[in-house]
Amino acid sequence: MIAAMASRGSSVLSFARQQPLGAISLLLILIMFFAGVFAERVAPYHPEVIDFTSILQGPSSAHWAGTDAFGRDILTRIIYGARTALLISLVSSLLGCTLGAILGASSAYFGGRIDYAIQRVVDILLSFPLIVLALVVVAIMGRTLVFGIDIGLIAAITIPIIPQVARVIRSSALSIRRMSYVEAARVAGYSNTRVIFRHMAPNLVAPYLVLLSVYMSQAILLEASLSFLGLGVSEPTPAWGLMLAGSATEFFAQAPWMVIFPGLAISLAVFAFNLLGDSLRDWLDPRFRT
Amino acid sequence: MLNFSGRELKPHSPHVLETEGVAKPLLSVRNLEVEFRTSRGLVRAVRDVNFDVAPGEIIALVGESGSGKSVSALSVMGLLPKANSEARGSITFDGRNLLSLNEHEMRTIRGRQISMIFQEPMTSLNPVLTIGLQIIEPLQTHLGLTTAQAEARAIELMSLVGIPDPESRLNSYPHQFSGGMRQRVMIAIGLACNPKLIIADEPTTALDVTIQAQILELMRDLTRKLGISLIIITHNLGIVARYADRVFVMYAGRLVEEGNITRIFETPRHPYTMGLLLSVPRLDQGARSRLNAIEGLPPDPSKEIAGCPFADRCPFRIEICSQPPQLEFTDVGTRSACFRSDEIAEGKLKWRSPQGGGEVVSLPKAKTALVELQQLSKSYWVKKGGIFGRIGEVRAVADLDLQIQAGETLGLVGESGCGKTTVGRLLLAIDKPTRGSIRFDGQDIYQLNKADFARYRHDVQVIFQDPYSSLNPRMTVAQMVEEPMIAHRTERSREARQDRVRSLLDQVGLRPEIAERYPHQLSGGQRQRVGIARALALNPRFIVCDEAVSALDVSIQGQVINLLIDLQKQFDLTYLFIAHDLAVVRHISTRVAVMYLGRLMELASRDELYENPLHPYTRLLLDAAPVPDPELERQRPVRVAPGEIPSPLNPPQGCVFSTRCPLASAECKAQVPQPREVRPGHYVACIKV
Amino acid sequence: MLNYIAYRLLLTIPTLLGAAVITFFLLRVIPGDVVAVKLTGDGAIVSQAVIDAERARLGLDKALIYQFSDWMLGLLQFDMGRSMWTGRPVIVEISQRFWTTFQVALMSTAIGVLIAVPLGTLSALKRGGAIDYATRIFTMAGLSVPGFWVGMLILIWLLQTYGWQPPITTIPFISDPAGNLSQLIWPALAVGYRFSAVLARIIRSTVLEVLGEDYIRTARAKGLVPRIIIGRHALRNALLPAITVIGLEFAFLFGGLVVTEQVFNLNGLGKLFVQAVANRDFIMIQGMVMLFAVIYIFANLVVDLLYAVFDPRIRYGTAEA
Repeated sequence: MIAAMASRGSSVLSFARQQPLGAISLLLILIMFFAGVFAERVAPYHPEVIDFTSILQGPSSAHWAGTDAFGRDILTRIIYGARTALLISLVSSLLGCTLGAILGASSAYFGGRIDYAIQRVVDILLSFPLIVLALVVVAIMGRTLVFGIDIGLIAAITIPIIPQVARVIRSSALSIRRMSYVEAARVAGYSNTRVIFRHMAPNLVAPYLVLLSVYMSQAILLEASLSFLGLGVSEPTPAWGLMLAGSATEFFAQAPWMVIFPGLAISLAVFAFNLLGDSLRDWLDPRFRT
Repeated sequence: MLNFSGRELKPHSPHVLETEGVAKPLLSVRNLEVEFRTSRGLVRAVRDVNFDVAPGEIIALVGESGSGKSVSALSVMGLLPKANSEARGSITFDGRNLLSLNEHEMRTIRGRQISMIFQEPMTSLNPVLTIGLQIIEPLQTHLGLTTAQAEARAIELMSLVGIPDPESRLNSYPHQFSGGMRQRVMIAIGLACNPKLIIADEPTTALDVTIQAQILELMRDLTRKLGISLIIITHNLGIVARYADRVFVMYAGRLVEEGNITRIFETPRHPYTMGLLLSVPRLDQGARSRLNAIEGLPPDPSKEIAGCPFADRCPFRIEICSQPPQLEFTDVGTRSACFRSDEIAEGKLKWRSPQGGGEVVSLPKAKTALVELQQLSKSYWVKKGGIFGRIGEVRAVADLDLQIQAGETLGLVGESGCGKTTVGRLLLAIDKPTRGSIRFDGQDIYQLNKADFARYRHDVQVIFQDPYSSLNPRMTVAQMVEEPMIAHRTERSREARQDRVRSLLDQVGLRPEIAERYPHQLSGGQRQRVGIARALALNPRFIVCDEAVSALDVSIQGQVINLLIDLQKQFDLTYLFIAHDLAVVRHISTRVAVMYLGRLMELASRDELYENPLHPYTRLLLDAAPVPDPELERQRPVRVAPGEIPSPLNPPQGCVFSTRCPLASAECKAQVPQPREVRPGHYVACIKV
Repeated sequence: MLNYIAYRLLLTIPTLLGAAVITFFLLRVIPGDVVAVKLTGDGAIVSQAVIDAERARLGLDKALIYQFSDWMLGLLQFDMGRSMWTGRPVIVEISQRFWTTFQVALMSTAIGVLIAVPLGTLSALKRGGAIDYATRIFTMAGLSVPGFWVGMLILIWLLQTYGWQPPITTIPFISDPAGNLSQLIWPALAVGYRFSAVLARIIRSTVLEVLGEDYIRTARAKGLVPRIIIGRHALRNALLPAITVIGLEFAFLFGGLVVTEQVFNLNGLGKLFVQAVANRDFIMIQGMVMLFAVIYIFANLVVDLLYAVFDPRIRYGTAEA
């Protein structure tokens, strides 16, 4: 796999050359990760300390994105919010896509009754929008903190992703299974494990990467929505969705920046991952490869 | 004067301007240049192409993929993608230069003056519109007919092209028609406005051979009758020989030779044409030796070549060939773009590729059965159409008895739906038979224990048709060829495996540097060689070749056929060679089995079957396939098999061929005829023989 | 055709049953016991007797199979039990809010289709041009911008320019159509934007795919005018997959409007659902999830029937497999 990537020359460079929009989105994502990881150094203020001397101030040189009803710097909270958003989304989209891919690929590989049973359950789960399933999981799990991480929230984002990914990976796996090189491998008498891991899995990496990027964006949106509804991240932890809820809804007439900037942050993050997914899809599609 | 085919050449005065001698041409293409802007840079797909078409004449543009023949035709129609292509030069049709017309003016030509018929009848008609509407459209657009008038004309056209019951079929949709019937609809659309010229781009490549004959006969008869000129674009030299008046041979975007059909085939004056004619397996000649394949690959279209484009592959290459050649008249009145055409005419240059000549493909001496199929049957259950989706049984293979002898090549031929591919899949144990047994070395392969079955997997290998999907895109050539040795633990050490990979690549004619490449970096022929190397890695005894050369161009096909024959001798291999091309099968096989709708029709040794076919189906099949010899083609009467291949869902009662058989009578419908030995080793499943 | 409808209707029965089974068991996988979780969720100390009484009242002390058959029998009579929070029948709570959500969903769909069909088609026809580029950005933004944030921006804009605030209660269409529309158009716009983005992208790619088909080349070779090539030959084929997207996205809106309804203070299904989740009102959640599934299954049915109307390959079946 790595060799295959390397064979296309330096893969990052060739990606940047062929997909300039994808390169921009990748850059944007890297900046966000950097800001999130090094928030303590990057952010100008403390995210949670209340300062009643500077309540609801508009954007200024001191507070580029203004302050909220507790006098907290909005830019700072956006930077820390990036950490929350990226952490939760990365964990849940990785989990969701991986579990979904395993489910989809095994469903396709084993076929027969197992496949039929899995697909019927997946069918029904697919009849709900992500947010509905997420809310059901929230209702079931409640808030379950493990090492300070809300397992309930992670599950609420992870579980709705699984059936969606399973469906896509299953159809990719089915089409790969029908390729002559997989049949040739079976005719050559290779073991199941060899066929799966040497011939099928590497060819599923491309759709998996695309899905990962797309569901990363969905996870960010879901986390923001749940936090906005008060069912996700809770105060005082800085989170983008949460910044739009509560006092923001009360004061948005006087202090529109409280709504505008966190929303922009969400949009930009989701946009970057969507665009990356799109560009990856084009780039990895063999039809576009020369 | 050299006579190429060895037949007596009629007296002929050279230097008669045959191309110019005819009446004012209907279509005149001059200095046509077509360029595409691609991600790999500028591709000059057509370079300085000139040709004329006289009224009522049939010409053929012939060449391999990428030769520029289709692009030339599309530029006549003005159908090249405008965004990334450009055509220059002039295309004069009926006194107007089509290249200078705007899109609006061009629309009054398309479908009205010039019609086009495409390769894929299954996808060339709009699935959501009725057949009637699709025939009516050009009539209303160009002739302004009312719906009633247009419908009357559509019915007339449909009966003209042989669609039964046209009134009721007017409201049918394309999916209710077979491939052959859809191509008839396309012809009806093409004829609708009485055009002066029809361009047919590989019109029968996607069709079975008996249907191909129906369609081509129909097109020839109708265009002759209506005085329409016809341009046939094809890679099939047999079709050219049977139907064209003049032929234009294209290579790498250029015309390399052109002229009267008989002269080109009998006295070719360009090395490429010579090589092409020699590398085609012949249906009408018992191929006793290896093919004279053209070595090498066609040039990369994105690279500029200063001199003769064929020089790289040409055995007669000399210094001057680095200069660009011009089409010049030859001694026989054709035109050739070769500096040495005079020497060819004098007989000084004889085509002999490094691989050429060789020995007879011999029948194995010892007749021990390696593979025995007994009463082999395979059924699939599919949803029959319609909204309730009843389940129907498709008997892909029915009660097949067949033996494959050690060391032989058994050719398995038939049209689509005959079950030949299923037989291969059953032998490879990809699918399981519904009934019957397969014995390999006397043992039933479905009764083998685990170790013996692994041994079977070791001994039996496959070469697939599609060189693109048969190689894993994420593995290098070396990894793929090495893998069987790792999986079966035949070569323990890494060094031993690498040595073996090198020697295997060498044996299939690939240079060692190919080993580190990925499939997408290889050409179709190279990929097929990798597939062969992979199949050989375990020293198998038996190889199933499933349409192994069908996807390759003629010149590459010859190379791969030669390779398969060489390897068979070298490694004492047994082949099951599944193919639809009767000529290829004749060349490579020692015995041939003909199947139709899941059943064996005839089985005999190669020469016996081709020289003395007994089953009416085999005869029709052989009649339907044209051979690349214009004299022969023009002499022999063409018997076209009537009707369509029935759906395998509803096979006919009794003999499955009875619905199309010229000899069929009531008793043929009574029961399924069993193959019987009519002459020693010659089995026929027909009660009339 | 009637046969086909009957056949498709019959086919929904096992699907509905499957949805019921999954919904039922989804809410039985809660770690612990629904009643205990609900009553003690906020850390309150409740005696076991109270919990048992509540369990008995809700029928949760019976064996699973009885609970399921009770629930199924109830569903057949449109009785989905009573809310654990308000004590009122679930069906009553739902029917009071259904039409608001239905109306917003319908208006959003209409807006989405009106924007997406011309935009998607045009962007495919002018592939690589300025319109295509603008559309790609417009739709990518539509997929990325949270609907509720767009809603908030609209509210800020309305408030600052017109001093308009959303009414506390939903104005019924029948009593005041203009007032109703002026209230609901804003959430419909916020949601419709995303809808149009999803749809326009699908339409763009199907139109592009269809334009590359052999039968389009045939139509051009016939010398037809572009209007007929695009209108009759391309769009008829390209818009078929769009029917699926429109139908299913519409069905998704019934559950998917949760956040938007919150922003615009609309008393619809979404708000009810969020309340039910926040209050861990499991009977209500179970009923609503079943409702969403039923809506989706019927939307699917309608899509399939429309397909049969527009696609002769389905109407007449394929001759061969």
